[in-house]
Amino acid sequence: MRMSGIRVLDAFAQAYVFVFRGSPLLVQIFLIYYGLGQFRPTLQEWGLWGFFREPYWCAVLALTLNTAAYASEIIRGGLQAVPHQQVEAARACGMSGFLLFRRIVFPIAVRQALPAYGSELILMVKATSLASIITMMEVTGIAAKLISQTFRAVEVFVVAGVIYLILNFTITRIIMAIEWWLSPHLRHPPAVKPALDAVHV
Amino acid sequence: MSSGVKSVSSETNPAVSIRELRKSFGSLEVLKGVSLDAKEGDVISILGASGSGKSTMLRCINMLEVPDSGDIRIGGETIKLKKGRRGAEPADQGQVDRIRSRVAMVFQSFNLWSHMTILENVIEAPVHVQKRPKAECIAEAEALLAKVGIADKRNQYPSHLSGGQQQRAAIARALAMRPNVMLFDEPTSALDPELVGEVLRVMRSLAEEGRTMLVVTHEMGFARDVSNRVVFLHKGVVEEEGPPAEVFGAPKSERFKQFISSHR
Repeated sequence: MRMSGIRVLDAFAQAYVFVFRGSPLLVQIFLIYYGLGQFRPTLQEWGLWGFFREPYWCAVLALTLNTAAYASEIIRGGLQAVPHQQVEAARACGMSGFLLFRRIVFPIAVRQALPAYGSELILMVKATSLASIITMMEVTGIAAKLISQTFRAVEVFVVAGVIYLILNFTITRIIMAIEWWLSPHLRHPPAVKPALDAVHV
Repeated sequence: MSSGVKSVSSETNPAVSIRELRKSFGSLEVLKGVSLDAKEGDVISILGASGSGKSTMLRCINMLEVPDSGDIRIGGETIKLKKGRRGAEPADQGQVDRIRSRVAMVFQSFNLWSHMTILENVIEAPVHVQKRPKAECIAEAEALLAKVGIADKRNQYPSHLSGGQQQRAAIARALAMRPNVMLFDEPTSALDPELVGEVLRVMRSLAEEGRTMLVVTHEMGFARDVSNRVVFLHKGVVEEEGPPAEVFGAPKSERFKQFISSHR
């Protein structure tokens, strides 16, 4: 939307990114869970109360809105970094509009945005720990509960940390695999075979 | 361009015909009414110092730059322009895309698509723009890569190739669209001196096949030996033009004399 050139869309996207990237995720979670809870009658009228009553869905919503703001900026950066010359070459071949985007612009942008998007995913996983504040029993929440029962802060939190580490290790590996698969052009070329069939003109 | 106009009347349609082309960037007028005709099979070298408007003229032919005024006819079809918010713009993107797929361009910095192999680069436009059967395109692409001497590189990526190889791949990509006209925008200017020869050899073989080529270049040897017409641009106007023997043998323009003496 930022790159559409349409002013209304640009302003909306800019405001959205500004709000969700500029304010703490914790505040956003509080606003959605406790803040919207004050409008219970209205939400019940609209049939949305079932959704906002659950801390799980509130946390999912807050995290989604938050990560979407970051991801949109990452994708915008990727799109802007597409070399102008390669786009021009595509235009010179008669490509335009959606074909140009699908075949040239998007594939190049994805390759450029992927490393940054990988770190955004990791930040997301770690941000889920904030959901424990609104009584959601995810890793950190359960860890805190166990500590209050056992008083074994170190052991429990070490285990919680290891769980996050394993999650993020898996994610980084997956991202790395996708990167490797998408960017053979950045790897070393295969061993050069003697050019037997090359007909030099 | 009197000689061009006379010879056109005996032919059917010139491959490319430019009339009174004008283009400004801001307050700088780069093209001040340039006209040019290219018949089928013409190889025209366009010379000029940097800033003379030669690249801009070439880029206007396939609408990478939109001229402010003037006519461009490709194979008898005039490119329709309209007044837009920011000056002139093409009236019909479909027409522009259609013409572009018949007018291939080779760029100074190759501009191969970095995420595709050489073979994928070559078959991209035939398959996705011209919608030809993929198997046929691959067979043709392999023949073209063999012709430009890089058949063994077909599964490698552009970044794995030398500049000369990349430019030859770009020429194969241009040829794969079966163009009526080929535009070369300083095809050897970004190359190391020892790689220039291999690209020029390919271009010479294309000229010998009778392809219509418009070549913006600094290679005086190519202009003299390969092209059948030379056009010298200076400050946005055609300062000198004619067969190479004539213009190099007895240049009429003082500026062209200076230009050739500085490019020896």
